[in-house]
Amino acid sequence: MMGDSDYLAGEKMKQTIAAISTALNPSGIGIVRITGLEAMDVAYKVYRSKNGKKDIRKAPSHTIHYGFVYDEDECIDEVLVMWMKGPRTYTGEDTVEINCHGGVLAVQKVLEAVLKAGARPAEPGEFTKKAFLNGKMDLSQAEAVMDVIESDSKYALQNSLSQLKGSLHDRITKMRETILYHIAYIESALDDPEHISIDGYGEQLEEALLPIKDEVKKMIHSYGNGRLIKDGIRTVILGKPNAGKSSILNMMMGEDRAIVTDIAGTTRDVLEEQIMLGKVALRLADTAGIRETKDVVEKIGVDKARQYANQADLILFVVDSSTEFDQDDEDILSSIRDKKYVVLLNKTDLEEKTSLELLRKKTDRPILAFSAAEEKGLKELEEMLEQMFFAGEFSFEENITITNSRHKAELEETLQSIDLVLNSIADQMPEDFYSIDLMNAYEHLGNIIGESVGEDLVNEIFSKFCTGK
Amino acid sequence: MNNLVQNYDVVVVGAGHAGCEAALACARLGLETIIFTVSVESIALMPCNPNIGGSSKGHLVREIDALGGEMGKNIDKTFIQSKMLNSSKGPAVHSLRAQADKSEYSREMRKILENTEHLTIKQAEVTELLTENGKVKGVKTFSQATYYCKAVVLCTGTYLRARCIYGDVSNYTGPNGLQAANHLTDSLKSNGIEMFRYKTGTPARMDKRSIDFSKMEEQFGDKRVVPFSFTTDPESVQIDQVSCWLTYTNEETHDIIRKNLNRSPLFSGMIEGTGPRYCPSIEDKVVKFADKKRHQVFIEPEGLYTNEMYVGGMSSSLPEDVQEEMYHTVPGLEHAKIVRNAYAIEYDCINPIQLNNTLEFKNIRGLFSGGQFNGSSGYEEAAAQGLVAGINAAMEILGKEMLVLDRSEAYIGVLIDDLVTKENHEPYRMMTSRAEYRLLLRQDNADRRLTEKGYRVGLISEERMEKLRLKERLIDEEIARVKQVHVAASKEVQELMAELESTPLNSGMMLDELIKRPELSYEMLLPIDPERPELPEDVKEQVNIEIKYEGYIKRQLKQVEQFKKMEARKIPEDIDYDDVKSLRIEAVQKLKAFRPSNIGQASRIAGVSPADISVLHVYLEQYRRKRDE
Repeated sequence: MMGDSDYLAGEKMKQTIAAISTALNPSGIGIVRITGLEAMDVAYKVYRSKNGKKDIRKAPSHTIHYGFVYDEDECIDEVLVMWMKGPRTYTGEDTVEINCHGGVLAVQKVLEAVLKAGARPAEPGEFTKKAFLNGKMDLSQAEAVMDVIESDSKYALQNSLSQLKGSLHDRITKMRETILYHIAYIESALDDPEHISIDGYGEQLEEALLPIKDEVKKMIHSYGNGRLIKDGIRTVILGKPNAGKSSILNMMMGEDRAIVTDIAGTTRDVLEEQIMLGKVALRLADTAGIRETKDVVEKIGVDKARQYANQADLILFVVDSSTEFDQDDEDILSSIRDKKYVVLLNKTDLEEKTSLELLRKKTDRPILAFSAAEEKGLKELEEMLEQMFFAGEFSFEENITITNSRHKAELEETLQSIDLVLNSIADQMPEDFYSIDLMNAYEHLGNIIGESVGEDLVNEIFSKFCTGK
Repeated sequence: MNNLVQNYDVVVVGAGHAGCEAALACARLGLETIIFTVSVESIALMPCNPNIGGSSKGHLVREIDALGGEMGKNIDKTFIQSKMLNSSKGPAVHSLRAQADKSEYSREMRKILENTEHLTIKQAEVTELLTENGKVKGVKTFSQATYYCKAVVLCTGTYLRARCIYGDVSNYTGPNGLQAANHLTDSLKSNGIEMFRYKTGTPARMDKRSIDFSKMEEQFGDKRVVPFSFTTDPESVQIDQVSCWLTYTNEETHDIIRKNLNRSPLFSGMIEGTGPRYCPSIEDKVVKFADKKRHQVFIEPEGLYTNEMYVGGMSSSLPEDVQEEMYHTVPGLEHAKIVRNAYAIEYDCINPIQLNNTLEFKNIRGLFSGGQFNGSSGYEEAAAQGLVAGINAAMEILGKEMLVLDRSEAYIGVLIDDLVTKENHEPYRMMTSRAEYRLLLRQDNADRRLTEKGYRVGLISEERMEKLRLKERLIDEEIARVKQVHVAASKEVQELMAELESTPLNSGMMLDELIKRPELSYEMLLPIDPERPELPEDVKEQVNIEIKYEGYIKRQLKQVEQFKKMEARKIPEDIDYDDVKSLRIEAVQKLKAFRPSNIGQASRIAGVSPADISVLHVYLEQYRRKRDE
């Protein structure tokens, strides 16, 4: 499924790469690492010292600088910048590390600014690969390097595969189909000019491209501005009384998972808390139902929670494995059928009355075995949510939200290629010039959904256009 | 029994377009060469369409010429009509196509072969390939004669176990009833070579006297003909040209075809070979494009001294009686007499992934191949491969560096790379859309791209090379000069702009910027460029293109730079992919099957992912360091 154009993936035009190089937990500090020939220029574009006068490019190697990262005129975070000239760096190339302090969202925004300034997102295992190829690791480490690449790319592949179902995939596929059709039309006319004429085709093509351009622009714009990123995924924990909602909530907000902000709830008696679970921000609704005490009548709480659940992006449905799956559970399940939910089978440390197998028969949504008492299952939940998030599963048909920086980079390349085509049309260039940039757009869109160009064009020409002697 | 035994440097099997180029290249490089053909009369035969060139194929012919091949010169001597296709489009897709006088083409090529030193023509069927320890030793013919040699170039075209079919009639012959070669396949298989079976087809030929041209549109050649060869004097090709004719099929034609589909060997399953999608038979077109009410039919002369006309666009393998009925529904062909029936032809060829990009077999040293035998189609594709295979057979014997053209250097590079790194399931045809750097691979600059390589190989004379050097110098100097010329917004300039329907200048600007305007060109601006030196036409053309499309060309050059880096990372021949941990199983299988020669090539193999390429990078570095230790 990959192939033809992949040499570009390995050796992209932009040679300076960047990524968040710390695990993304809300410990407060995160590092964005930039490496490559233009690392310093990239850093220069985003960094401002306190008095705004320092030119960081002139600083000696291996020094640390206090200041701020800006995305154009917006100050994103207070940072320490470490500047190290190659070859005495991890990768052997010029490297800049930006230590951010403003929490996970800030780290992601800093990365964003760095990408805008000319770096591209690092490929799986790329820092380590560079380090090895530049002689920074000895031979015995080679296999470990290859393993890193392999496991990282497996994760990336999983992500792109789970996307195959999503609405993002559908939109991209439709755009690609349109683009490919037009390339094939132009190319078949060039191959067989006596059969097919494309004189004056520019106008028609422009008409087809403008809606695609708009859509791509919207998608790019949705990145970082999306509610999901800004506020987090609206999440509600549901479950019958005593299923263990509170302990799960506490576990999710545990000491090592600091509360990012406290927001007064929009509903009178609901408090929303924004927390980071792995790389994903959740806006967790702490409903009365969740805060139940033993002697409070649960009915009201559950009702409120359900009401809230209607507006949620995600529901964590807690089922007590140590009791029978009863009518209360059935009621909750039927009320959330159409929502995006994950089942947490709690109390798996106790004797089992409701089994995983039983639940599998009732729902095809993911089920995670959980034990709040033994603190089991949180990591799995974290991984699952991350995967769903970066696969765009929390975006909706009418409003696609781009959540992955690699996707955004590809969309920007797509936009650039489409603009080049539109320029060529405006400049009245001959039609054969259009298809070159169209092909680039097609290729970049394909990278998002993990599909390469391969023989697509040749197949399209033969299937749609009757050419040949 | 005593059998003939002889020794040569190179044996070329087959004297079609590939074989001729291969044999000429070897002989011209001073190697004793023998070329086998089943019939001396069939040297450089054009058994299908009567043209050379066409979109992207014209590029191939130019490239063959730039490298020192013969096809361009031969068609310049024997064409009867010529056109530059796509001339209203960008320079990258301008493509020459000429109608050939078929028998003249064949005769002229034969004359060249017969008069080339070190070249022996032999009419015989080669039946056996002789190898020893993975190396070529020679060949044996049907008469049991043995020819020992250092290299063999196989260019068997469509002749291996060839079978011609129409309706339920089938003959085990090559094209035009020529003798097929029925024995060599077995010998190749026993040498471990994987074979495919492909098919192709050709339309009927008709008697000119029985065609009513008044019902057709006349198609003329260009007023000013551009020669194929860079060495041909442009004045020598301004000849009286003949016309082709355009007519169309109609619903009646299609009805007849539909009614008789059950009698077509294609649909009945009698033909097993895989046919090309780009060259569909008329029955294919009618089935696949059912909503099309008519298809174009080009009536083209086969030569000056024959009444036979080629019916382009209507190849078929329907039975004789259906052909007759079907052709007669076409306006102008109502009473046409069919001289030769349309037919399909099946033949054996190889899976080309067994070849290196030098066109040498990976597993048999000294064995090279080119043309339809490699799973391609077309005279031009064949000639291009034949030339490269021949050159490399010679390079190997002479102990010199082989000629490998990459995708950024030539259509020939794209052609060969596609053949050896992609899984092909039909005869391969060159198409302009297959070349990703086509703004650089223009037909007008084939000499600038390739002639120096031909010179290094030894097929280009010192004199020709010196001419090119001069041309390059003139181009460089003129571009540099133009970029220094300032054009003022004077009355004279504004008048010229008005005359050329271009917007007037707001203020002064540089001449090269003015040339970039779509409605203007270098040539048009001569009146306001008083310092311009007198320059040859081809120099002016290059200056214009280089300036006009500078932005686009620069972008492609940048892409090429990246591409070259990957191509430069060689993969050692003895690499053991099973030893590369972390490669996915699919990638291991594909890499083992294709055995790419560099990372770039590896990355183009379907089923090899970017992560696999990264892993391979690291492994190769590890390999290199271990070796250096």
